Amino acid sequence: MDKYKIEIPEFCLVALVGATSSGKTTFAHKYFKPTEVLSSDFFRGMVSDDENDQNFSAEAFDLLYYAANKRLDNMRLTVIDATNIQKSAREKIVQTARAQNVHAAAIVLNLPEELLQQRNKERPDRDLPERVIRQHCIEVRKSIRNLKREGFRFIYIINSMEQLENCEIVRTKLWNNKRDEHGPFDIIGDIHGCCGELEALLDRLGYVKADGIYSHPDGRKAAFLGDFCDRGERNADVLRIVMDMVKSGNAIAVPGNHDVKLLKYLNGKTVNTTHGLDRTIAELEAQTPEFREEVRAFIDGLISHYVLDDGKLVIAHAGIKQEYIGRGSSAVREFCLYGERTGEFDEYGLPVRLDWASDYRGRATVVYGHIAGLEVKPQNGTFCIDTGCVFGGKLTAMRWPEKEFVSVDAERQYYEPVKPLDESKNLDIGDMLTVGDFNRKLHIETKLMPAVDVHENNAAAALEIMSRFAADPHWLIYLPPTMSPCETSKLEDYLEHPLQAFEYYRSHGIKKVVCEKKHMGSRAVVIICKDSETAAKRFGVNDGTRGIIYTRTGRRFFDDSKTEAALLDRLDAVLTSTNFWTDFKTDWVCLDTELMPWSEKAQGLIRSQYAPTGYAGEDGLSAAVAALEKAAQLKSTAFEVSEITSGQNVDLNALLEKYTSRLDGMKRYRNAYREYCWTVNSIDDFRIAPFHILASEGTVYGDRTHEWHMENIRKHITGRDPVFMETPYITVDTDAEQSIQAGVDWWLSLTAGGGEGMVVKPETYISKQGMKLLQPAVKCRGREYLRIIYGAEYLEPDHLKRLKKRSLNRKRTLALKEFSLGMESLSRFVKNEPLYRVHECAFGVLAFESEPVDPRL
Amino acid sequence: MLFTITYEGQNTQELGFLLHKNPERPQQFELNHGRAYVFYPEVSDTRTTAALLLDIDPIDLARGKVGSSEGGLFDYVNDRPYASTSFMSTAIVRVFGTAMSGRCDKRQELADTPLKLTATLSALKDYGDEKLAFELFEPLGYEVKTERRTLDERFPEWGKSPYIDLTVSGTVRLSELLNHIYVLIPVFDKQKHYFIQEDEIRKLLSHGEGWLASHPYKEKIAQRYFAAKRSYARRAIDKLLEDEGEAAVPEQEQETEKREFTPLNTIRMEAVKNAVLASGAASVIDLGCGECRLTSLLLNEPQIKKVTACDVSTRELEKAALRLKLERMEPFRKNKLTLMQASLTYKDDRFSGYDCACVVEVIEHIEPARLPAFERSVFEFAKPQTVILTTPNREYNANYEHMQENALRHGDHRFEWTRAEFRAWCENVCERFGYSVDISGIGDSDEAHGTPTQMGVFTRNG
Repeated sequence: MDKYKIEIPEFCLVALVGATSSGKTTFAHKYFKPTEVLSSDFFRGMVSDDENDQNFSAEAFDLLYYAANKRLDNMRLTVIDATNIQKSAREKIVQTARAQNVHAAAIVLNLPEELLQQRNKERPDRDLPERVIRQHCIEVRKSIRNLKREGFRFIYIINSMEQLENCEIVRTKLWNNKRDEHGPFDIIGDIHGCCGELEALLDRLGYVKADGIYSHPDGRKAAFLGDFCDRGERNADVLRIVMDMVKSGNAIAVPGNHDVKLLKYLNGKTVNTTHGLDRTIAELEAQTPEFREEVRAFIDGLISHYVLDDGKLVIAHAGIKQEYIGRGSSAVREFCLYGERTGEFDEYGLPVRLDWASDYRGRATVVYGHIAGLEVKPQNGTFCIDTGCVFGGKLTAMRWPEKEFVSVDAERQYYEPVKPLDESKNLDIGDMLTVGDFNRKLHIETKLMPAVDVHENNAAAALEIMSRFAADPHWLIYLPPTMSPCETSKLEDYLEHPLQAFEYYRSHGIKKVVCEKKHMGSRAVVIICKDSETAAKRFGVNDGTRGIIYTRTGRRFFDDSKTEAALLDRLDAVLTSTNFWTDFKTDWVCLDTELMPWSEKAQGLIRSQYAPTGYAGEDGLSAAVAALEKAAQLKSTAFEVSEITSGQNVDLNALLEKYTSRLDGMKRYRNAYREYCWTVNSIDDFRIAPFHILASEGTVYGDRTHEWHMENIRKHITGRDPVFMETPYITVDTDAEQSIQAGVDWWLSLTAGGGEGMVVKPETYISKQGMKLLQPAVKCRGREYLRIIYGAEYLEPDHLKRLKKRSLNRKRTLALKEFSLGMESLSRFVKNEPLYRVHECAFGVLAFESEPVDPRL
Repeated sequence: MLFTITYEGQNTQELGFLLHKNPERPQQFELNHGRAYVFYPEVSDTRTTAALLLDIDPIDLARGKVGSSEGGLFDYVNDRPYASTSFMSTAIVRVFGTAMSGRCDKRQELADTPLKLTATLSALKDYGDEKLAFELFEPLGYEVKTERRTLDERFPEWGKSPYIDLTVSGTVRLSELLNHIYVLIPVFDKQKHYFIQEDEIRKLLSHGEGWLASHPYKEKIAQRYFAAKRSYARRAIDKLLEDEGEAAVPEQEQETEKREFTPLNTIRMEAVKNAVLASGAASVIDLGCGECRLTSLLLNEPQIKKVTACDVSTRELEKAALRLKLERMEPFRKNKLTLMQASLTYKDDRFSGYDCACVVEVIEHIEPARLPAFERSVFEFAKPQTVILTTPNREYNANYEHMQENALRHGDHRFEWTRAEFRAWCENVCERFGYSVDISGIGDSDEAHGTPTQMGVFTRNG
């Protein structure tokens, strides 16, 4: 016997309808995944511990529908296993399906009553009166007639045990699901009867006409966004081309609102022949009835939107909200045809539309038309490519996956627009950030690390820092990562030493490293545009500034905007004189730099902590040494000395020695911090040492070697204006004894006078060992310098011993996450991704900075 | 870190008996947070000096062995090991405890006799308060000398150091001197290495016995001794006054004192509350609620059915929840209230749907470059019927004597506006977003400078 085929869409809401004891649960578990089936009995048990206690039905169904909605939110097929014999119960199902924009299906188990009565008797746990089952059976039979009217789109009735046991459930693909079509596509915007332009565009795109039908020799497909007709002059010709291409498999198409209005007309309904429909009708009336029928059937068969290329691309005439993608209902269809209208009309009498694209956060690229603009309008990963051909603009195609635009200018204006076409605005960068994108757990996908998760409480901390201190988020295309020190030195007198840094990279397969002098300043990110127009156009910053200098936490470096502007102007003068702008084919650049003097930014810290500690230390220790000297002179008798016991004798000379050494350490500490302080009287007293050219238009320079960075900085930035200074560096071969020694010697010479030390980096900016991302840099700080960090006396043997116990793991994990986020935000920015996508990364870095980590590392 | 006592007179070596420390024998003592050494830099018939040298371990301090159960209280780079701080007081009790009690079995008569004594302390942090040392020690009969140098001679522009080297001399009993020093060191340096507990009241009173109650600056001493714990200071002062036979400060007087302490904020909150009620609002969102002073006033108003309080700082919100006693608030009021973290420079759907938004003393904390985002967030997206906004009037700062010219009232203020600047901003906002504004002042009005606070009540047009 043939199987009884039950065909339902792969994603829908299924109601099982059947009397108690009709075997719904058994049926459900035979044909559906256990997780797909939501049974009222189960939820009754969950709320009351008794699956059969009807007193708890209301609560049980609350919970059931809550679960059902969660599943449907996630586009999961869901089966509701309840009797569903009451009209009200089924209404709830249909309502839920409508709200979720999915189809409702009903599978009715209409089995003979005798069988059910028999079963009921055999079930010891359920002893229902006969009349209940009888009543149920009657209800089921009554239900069947009404299902279609109630709104079930797919209805299947199982009338016998034989049928029941011989079912086959077939899940059909949704009509809009063309995920397995990968194109490549040429998506073409609103044509409106501009056939000449269409032909020219197809021609330019490489389509060839053979036997009257356009096709592409490389197998590309056209994707039409609807509005084929009205207003233009050759509406029938356009329809001919589109229909032929779709039928022959050379194109796909979605309908536009004009096409649907035409359909109404062709279906014999009365329509207003405004907005150019009159021209189409006139043309069609001159055609054969067969042609008209072909058009009617063609439009009638169009699907409102398509999900293409593994879900990466979605096309719809007027666009589509994220939560509608891949769903089917009349609401979705309306949206795809008309967008979201408020019901109001603007001063031109056109409907006011809500700006769905500004709220769009989906990962799929949505390409749509409908609203004519002067240029293509990108916003949050959506593209409106209706460039108003019929109004005298141009006809535009978007190539997918290339994301390139190809246009043909209109031969003339065919129709006067009711209102002027939208000015082109780069909404991606002009948009204001929405808090809902950030005040939650963030899951950020990056190219360097699979995904970086930011916990909610860290996000909350970042939100506070961003709001209170950060500069305009449009500027924050990069926040630098934290940097880990090298492993603690094994040498007796050192806490940090270059040998460990070299060893880290050697053991991870890096032969060549670059050592760069660490300037003791403050990390500063510099973004400079050629002019303020570029800043407005590329960064969406409209306050007339041409760039910014900000700290590692995204805070403007200078409270005084004049200083910032003056420094940027001087940088521009240098960049212009070295042909940087032309050599790099860009009109903006982002640099990673160190800005000196340290005292400029750390003023508060130095005056409230570093200097007072030095003062108190020298004062106290000098007093102690003076007193001990006197006492030691006075005392000549030797005592028996015990170091341990309280109240015991102490050796004054040993004590004097110890305090003299401490005083010496304190004086060195004072000299160490003083090194990095100087008073700024004018702009000439600043020093900026760039060490990375991070990004410029179209490129992130993360894949270049550090030598490339250093050379290009020397070639284009440093050595001209004294404010912009070079960073000395050497390279070390981590396998060669001699080279390593040279590296150590270089470090010793840098640090002997209190210098901060050096940063050791792998040859290439981004380095991996196999799949594992390596630290982009480790710092190796000077022996004297570390007094500023670990205290004046940290080298006292008994202190050093304890300080050597430190763990770097946490710091290193953070460094890698922040590095991945930093590179990601730059790459998103150069790819013109929306502001929120770029901001997310900078936000993530700040969030990680709120993690408690030993600040001395 | 160094404390010395010099005894001048005859047979001054007897200082050793009084201190119970043999001048011939340098000694060391283990303390919780390091060591103390006692030795004698000078010993002669006419002049003998004893030194107490404190050796605090900076690493232990930073790594949290001392003072806290989790993590260090202090940085590695820290003046605590070197300055004279509460650590020194603790060491004095530990090492010279018997001498402090005035007991000396071998020389009791000498212990009971006022002697010519001089004490020195190095690096005592007085935060630049020149008068403090004199106020504290002169009333006790000491001659006081202080020395203060430049913070860093290489950078004279950084000014003077916040520390002094102190010398006090007088004719007193040794036990008195030690008790004075013990109590007064922590009065200089407000940062304590221990957590202040009730027990400290007893300690202060016992070591202050016989002199503290009559000290003219006893209130200041108690307040600084207990630093953050005002209530302890109050109780200690009451106790001292009792000892002195003075009547405790009557209730009423305290009230006045309090009112004078924060008048402006209270007046401001009243004014804003009244403006909210006058607007007819039933639902209010308090943007930048801080510790929820306004919110708690609004919660008690029957006209207000719903209050949402937002702040960008989760810490502020936690404090606000404690202040409002949210955990045990009755459901009727609790149901009206929502507390949430929110930022005024991001677009936030949750701001919509309120009759009135209050932005009290908030905008001056926003970077000027971020104001446009704030304006859009409130006036374009949330767009309530009424927006009530207050901010300081910069002109009025001229009336604050302690303020330097061009200074701002709070360290976190990014700007303060004159009346004209505020008006210009308000009018610009009205123009762009379709509001009308009514500007008024809050607080005492001054003919030349206006009121300390300015308020704009914005009403949406149409």
